[in-house]
Amino acid sequence: MKKIMLFTLALLVGLSLAACGGDEGSQTGSGEPFDGFIKVGFILIGSKTDGGFSQAHANGIDELEAYFAGLVKTMAVENVDDQNRQDIRSAAENMIDAGCRVIIGCSYGYMETMAELADEYPDVDFLHFSGSMMNDTNFDNFFGAMEEPRYLAGIVAGMMTKSNKIGYVAAYPYTEVQIGINAFALGVQSVNPSAEVNVVYINTWYDPEKEKSAAQALLAQGCDVLEQHCDTAGPIIAAQEAGAYAIGYNLDKPDSAPKAYLTAPVWDHGAYYIDVVKKILDGSFSPESYYGNMASGYVDLAPLSDLVPSEVKAKVDEAKAQIISGELAPFSGEILFADGSVLCEEGQTLTRGDIWDINSVIKGVNATE
Amino acid sequence: MIKIAKRAELPKNREWAIRAAAVLLSIVFAGTVLAALGFDPIKVFAQIVNGSVGSQMRLNQTILKAIPLTITSMGILVAFKMKFWNIGGEGQIMMGAMGATYAALHLPPDLPSAAMLVLVAAAAVVCGGAWAFIPAYFKARFGTNETIFTLMMNYIAIKWVTYLQYDLWKDPSSFGFPRIAAFPPSAVLPKLFGVHVGWLVAVLSVVLVYIFINHTKKGYEVTVIGESVETARYAGMNIKYIMITTMLVSGGLCGLAGMVQASAIEKTLTYSLSANFGFTAIITTWLGRLSAPAVAVCCFAFAMLIQGGAYLQIALLIPASVAEMIQGIILFFVLGSEFFIQYKVAFDHRAIKGVA
Repeated sequence: MKKIMLFTLALLVGLSLAACGGDEGSQTGSGEPFDGFIKVGFILIGSKTDGGFSQAHANGIDELEAYFAGLVKTMAVENVDDQNRQDIRSAAENMIDAGCRVIIGCSYGYMETMAELADEYPDVDFLHFSGSMMNDTNFDNFFGAMEEPRYLAGIVAGMMTKSNKIGYVAAYPYTEVQIGINAFALGVQSVNPSAEVNVVYINTWYDPEKEKSAAQALLAQGCDVLEQHCDTAGPIIAAQEAGAYAIGYNLDKPDSAPKAYLTAPVWDHGAYYIDVVKKILDGSFSPESYYGNMASGYVDLAPLSDLVPSEVKAKVDEAKAQIISGELAPFSGEILFADGSVLCEEGQTLTRGDIWDINSVIKGVNATE
Repeated sequence: MIKIAKRAELPKNREWAIRAAAVLLSIVFAGTVLAALGFDPIKVFAQIVNGSVGSQMRLNQTILKAIPLTITSMGILVAFKMKFWNIGGEGQIMMGAMGATYAALHLPPDLPSAAMLVLVAAAAVVCGGAWAFIPAYFKARFGTNETIFTLMMNYIAIKWVTYLQYDLWKDPSSFGFPRIAAFPPSAVLPKLFGVHVGWLVAVLSVVLVYIFINHTKKGYEVTVIGESVETARYAGMNIKYIMITTMLVSGGLCGLAGMVQASAIEKTLTYSLSANFGFTAIITTWLGRLSAPAVAVCCFAFAMLIQGGAYLQIALLIPASVAEMIQGIILFFVLGSEFFIQYKVAFDHRAIKGVA
């Protein structure tokens, strides 16, 4: 730790000397000299304590600060609606005004506004979670192969269900969400071909009430294991109230509903933040479209809770090892869409590009929009 | 037990003394709450001011928030002046933005920007005005209660735009994400001195509404109806006609605010575009005592409060909810003072005896 600090400090001194030396703009995205530390601003769609999505980012923010111990200062604006550009711009510009040289936006809907801002503020680096836009100098995006832990979560659900009906509370009928649903369903089908996955779209990422009531609707239909692609612990709590099981998302949080919680596909945002800030500090940052996976540690399945029997654990561990070694890819072999058209042919493995072209759900999934 | 009676007109200096006391009290009270939460109140208030006007960028942010608020407030003012309680600004903004979006996405995108913007704005004014026409017509024809009517129409407008966004107008090229296509560049309001030209629209709307109310025959008629419908009738004014046309102006201005937001900020239509400006404008209009310049000042002060509150999160790492609470406390006191300006409150000893 000390070594890294010294290293960074040396770097900073070197950099600020270089910047003072007058060759401003020679580095990607950097203009002003660092005055001892760098400020990083985060825009969050929910509150830091939402029990899910934004909290997972908040944990990453804490890790980032701890890692650079004093050299990196962070600030965050919470509850920024990703459908309201005025609020998004206001959050970003206020943080830039307060000295932030890096702005990290954590919701898909921030994308166009961040692209605009990246043009207007060439000295600030903009990093966008889950987006698809970028430029050559100061705007990039980052995401992860969530399909891998989703597949493992599917194995857990497929083996835990007794009614063979699994519920899935999903945000939007949008590619990112449908990738997750399909990967999850493939996991289910790998261990339990007769189980069906029932999806309800709630058309928002973050709405504790809607998330919970959608979960209750699925439970009322006879689903006995729930999975979710939405931001809060609402569905897990609903499952506990109904005596069912639930798999979370974003964050390992067994304490929110210990009688229902099985596991959760999770992010390690801190690892990415630390890595990218290091690059920004040493000047080696150039925009990319980062896509972490289980092998790189950016995504994972949280430890299985005590409610999960050992044979399920064994099955998950086996599949996990195969995914990390590259032996198993969730999207490979013959996969058909619900309408019978072909997503993946026998002997084929989908590339990242193929996966991000998905715009429907696969056979065995019932989705109502 | 407590007797509340309408006051006779207070002298102007007494009125302002009560208001000043309210502002002072709200600051003391909010300060106490902040201190109890472990924040330094003086620092917090200094940062609210600093955060709203302390640098060019912050000032721009404040202006950006004041623009839609001011235009909407002018619309509300025109209606309130004739005591037509237009609580429907929110919906009229939405429908205006919808009209603007329809025009922006259907007119040829290579039109000259000036022509495009005028047509887009005209579509917004027409749609906002049409949305206001409905409650105005019903009030003129059947004497319906406009407060409830305009309020409920907000929710219809918001849900309608939600439907457009999620279904009818959803952009097929958005990978299933519910969003409407973006405006072509020719339909986006340009910038002037660092802020989009909506600020010019806002300033013009204040000047025009001031002239309309104070220096035109129509404005005089509106004022007379507001003071006394009977007088207006006795003077031979066509009350129904005036009511409906004035509401067209009111809704049209709110619709224009919607166009400004859609074109300059969102560059498309979203269901959260109105962002409560229609409701906040009621407060600013009331605080400004229905005088266009005073209302404009209130709008700017309010925008400062919103921007300063947002800045607190960043400068002092105060949670968003605390900033909102301070805004709430200040509003509570300032609005509460209006009650004491209009009404006299006294303990009625006879009533107490009577109950006993």
